[in-house]
Amino acid sequence: MSWQPVIGLEIHAQLATASKLFSGASTAYGAEPNTQAALLDVAMPGTLPVPNRAALDKAIAFGLAIHATIARQSIFARKNYFYPDLPKGYQISQYEAPIVGNGTLCVRTDDGRTLEVVIERAHLEEDAGKSLHDAFHAATGLDFNRAGVPLLEIVSKPVLHTAQDAVAYMRAVHTLVRWLGVCDGNMAEGSFRCDANVSVRRAGADKLGTRTEIKNVNSFRFVEKAIEYEIERQIRALENGEAIVQETRLYDAAAHRTLPMRSKEDADDYRYFPDPDLPPLMVTDADIEAVRMALPELPDARRRRYVEALGLPESDAMQLCADKHVADFFEAVLAALPDQAKMCANWVLGEIAAALNAANLSIEASRVSAPALARLLARIADGTISGKIAKDVFAAMWAGEGDADAIVAARGLKQISDTGALESAVDAVIAEFPKQLAEYRAGNDKLLQFFVGQAMKGLRGQGNPQQLNALLREKLK
Amino acid sequence: MAIDTAIVARIARLARLPIPAQDAAQTAAGLSRVLDLAAQLADAPLDGVEPMAHPHAQTLAWRADAVTESDRADALLALAPDARAGLYAVPKVIG
Amino acid sequence: MASDIAQLAQALRARKISAAESTRQALAAAQARADLNAFVTLDEQAALGAAARADAALAAGDASALAGIPFVHKDIFCTKGMRTTCASRMLENFVPPYDAAVVERLAAHAAVSLGKANMDEFAMGSSNENSFFGAVKNPWDATRVPGGSSGGSAAAVAAGIVPFATGTDTGGSIRQPAAFCGITGLKPTYGRVSRYGMIAYASSLDCAGVLARSAGDCARVFAAMAGHDARDATSVDRPCDDYVGALSTTLQGIKIGVAREYFGAGVEAGVDAATREALREFEKLGATLVDVSLPYAHLAIPAYYVIAPAEASSNLARYDGVRYGHRCADPQSLEDMYARSRGEGFGAEVKRRILVGTYALSAGYYDAYYLRAQRARRVIANDFAEAFKQVDLIAGPTTPTVAFKLGEKTSDPLAMYAADVNTVAVNLAGLPAISIPAGFSENLPVGLQLIAPAFAEARLLATAHQFQLATDWHAREPSA
Repeated sequence: MSWQPVIGLEIHAQLATASKLFSGASTAYGAEPNTQAALLDVAMPGTLPVPNRAALDKAIAFGLAIHATIARQSIFARKNYFYPDLPKGYQISQYEAPIVGNGTLCVRTDDGRTLEVVIERAHLEEDAGKSLHDAFHAATGLDFNRAGVPLLEIVSKPVLHTAQDAVAYMRAVHTLVRWLGVCDGNMAEGSFRCDANVSVRRAGADKLGTRTEIKNVNSFRFVEKAIEYEIERQIRALENGEAIVQETRLYDAAAHRTLPMRSKEDADDYRYFPDPDLPPLMVTDADIEAVRMALPELPDARRRRYVEALGLPESDAMQLCADKHVADFFEAVLAALPDQAKMCANWVLGEIAAALNAANLSIEASRVSAPALARLLARIADGTISGKIAKDVFAAMWAGEGDADAIVAARGLKQISDTGALESAVDAVIAEFPKQLAEYRAGNDKLLQFFVGQAMKGLRGQGNPQQLNALLREKLK
Repeated sequence: MAIDTAIVARIARLARLPIPAQDAAQTAAGLSRVLDLAAQLADAPLDGVEPMAHPHAQTLAWRADAVTESDRADALLALAPDARAGLYAVPKVIG
Repeated sequence: MASDIAQLAQALRARKISAAESTRQALAAAQARADLNAFVTLDEQAALGAAARADAALAAGDASALAGIPFVHKDIFCTKGMRTTCASRMLENFVPPYDAAVVERLAAHAAVSLGKANMDEFAMGSSNENSFFGAVKNPWDATRVPGGSSGGSAAAVAAGIVPFATGTDTGGSIRQPAAFCGITGLKPTYGRVSRYGMIAYASSLDCAGVLARSAGDCARVFAAMAGHDARDATSVDRPCDDYVGALSTTLQGIKIGVAREYFGAGVEAGVDAATREALREFEKLGATLVDVSLPYAHLAIPAYYVIAPAEASSNLARYDGVRYGHRCADPQSLEDMYARSRGEGFGAEVKRRILVGTYALSAGYYDAYYLRAQRARRVIANDFAEAFKQVDLIAGPTTPTVAFKLGEKTSDPLAMYAADVNTVAVNLAGLPAISIPAGFSENLPVGLQLIAPAFAEARLLATAHQFQLATDWHAREPSA
């Protein structure tokens, strides 16, 4: 009897605002503890929350991008519980009326399938502070810099069935929030975190199995591994006749397993109720339109355009659109060479990507700018240099030796297209290799490349490859 | 409304207010008396009435996204019963 | 000394008295009436510093009507550098790092704060007997309560120590002590005065206001306190009226609704009689009395005692011994710290309301309690809206009884809560209301409550002022 895993993700994306959701304290990462904790963030008596407009607009932008319903009236509620890093004794969140409801995200999997993942809701809430359990010998230290940082909690329906699909969905959300500029996506700094709800049921069963929640996993790889482990653990337990306990579990990456969090002695009862400090949040059509107008072209639309209008292969389009900065770089190159989409894509995904990777740089910090790359590619297009020579020129550009034209000129790399020069090089190799000539003429076509290579060598690599090919074919007959 | 000592214990736990065992029955009786007041709501014709959380039909005002607060860690930490090395300190949280 | 703002302001302006002198007199009066226990903190140095600034402003000739007027803040408003206790052991030594909006505004008008007035702990109470610093006594009869929760503010004004005091009103906490102490107390429209820096009890009901000798003085102080504040998301962004200028508006043509529910079974005969007599005075002044009904008035107490504790249970969760306030000695664990800090820091009534509120919000009870109370809130507010289609103001006795004896109701919370029967509905609906002295019963003051539609404070104050021009109940003073 086989088992079907069912997975839903709750993603917490930190909204990229300068100040907190309800206070004017900075959200900048890495400050000294408690130096970015305003009166409100430490719950000073008498302080009141005043919401940040930019957080709302970013939530709406996300909602529009997943074709969701934007609530015209939504409510901030208090979620009440005691924990030392929760300064007010409640978290301001949204419960019954979230700002974003019922959206869909199209996810392309690595193996080429398309998943339509329903995003049940996305709501605004504030983050808690940070507990430092190892700060002192017998005490826990508390840093409230994080307290009040705006989060968008993005909740998918439990519609995913493999760890790989769950991660593909998580990556798609990651791409989207970065694409929209609503979240910097920095997982190491905790700006993008994920809780996974996992259950398994008999294949064909309607009812969901008992689920467990894996908390706060902070890398794609660990999410995949944690879910995989949890699925196996649950199946093993069920096959041994054990029941799954509904609980929260933590992933131990070192041991590659999930472990139950210390069970709380009492059940949660969060006593949600509308925050009396915050009247209902009203959003008008004009508010939504203003955000819609400012939305960038969305990754799906752009991917479709690359395939349909530019004729790029699906895989190139997907890779380019995995990161808005990459796609934008590509477009900047393409602007100078509108007929050379494939070459532009090859170079952005090839040389540029490899060089960035080797230097551990993001594309915004590329040492060869999009216009500079475009000038190089223009020299391939107009036949000044070959693609092969261009790679050397690119390396020199990357090393800071200057612009493509300057390097070509300084190194004398201009391609030889002069028929006379090419002809004498061809004649010379035909004369030099009579044995190979005979074999070629006997039918060994593969030797054409040998002659091209030898002739190119004679031309110090600067021969126009198309012309050289044609000439050799003619003369070798 | 009968509030028994088990309910008192659960509520007291949620509120982090200790009720000594010997006071539980008295507390339960006191709470029952107050909650009896609320029982009057049960008899009122309120079904279908839209709940009212705020006094006016007010909508939320927003602030612009600007950093307006500066570091006041020293002044705030000085108010704490236990602050060390720039952190607020509490008895070790296990787990 | 002059006991009202108008007179004292005139004397200050004429330089017949300096702000420093008037401040010293007020401080001396406060000392002399230490028996009332009206103050939690008196800060002579700060007061004299403020007085010096007021004298400079007065000398420069550009001073506000409040410049140099001594007063006290209810100890619920955060005062930078001066401890703010909410009359709780929890905050016994809490010195806020910032000023409340109300504190800022009155300081900007160069009014001189003497310190902080006693109150019921976290504003929970109707007798001022729930203070960590002890009960306040009624200046009219020291064996009686001054009312609560702004009992210290009311006693200080009634005893002639200061011409006005700030207060807060969540279910009657300005109007009820004003009534018990024979003074005037204004509870403004919710959202008209900023709550920034005012320690929360029940946020959707809490309202800052003023207690003074007369409606005119309330108008002067209210004009200084009112206005939009972007730091409070429930603060209303609409212009204020000229509350002082409007005081001369006569009662001609005004319709006052007499709410029959406010003259119910619990109302003492003497209170009933004094109130009705006062209403006849309004008629003489040109007002028309109209019988009105508020059919859901009986739901106000049940709804209030669900909603206010529910909000309080959440608002008071921050007092956990971590960042400020009381922490128990030598906590053995986190849970021990929570339990003992909160157990030691809060008094009995505060604990009772936290438990009631926690219960009302908890799983399985939310719909029957909290949500149902919110529904009741709606029909109570609708009652007022309906009545205000017929009348400009609604009147009735502020309280069913005159000031009761200290200790008389401490053993029965329900008896205590009944003192709010005519006041809490106003908070649920967010309306402005004023309590004015309207006569005496058993030699104790009786208060009359006038309720207005939202933001109609100018009409409310003018109506009260016109009554006070024609009567002298508000000018009566207890013998010291």
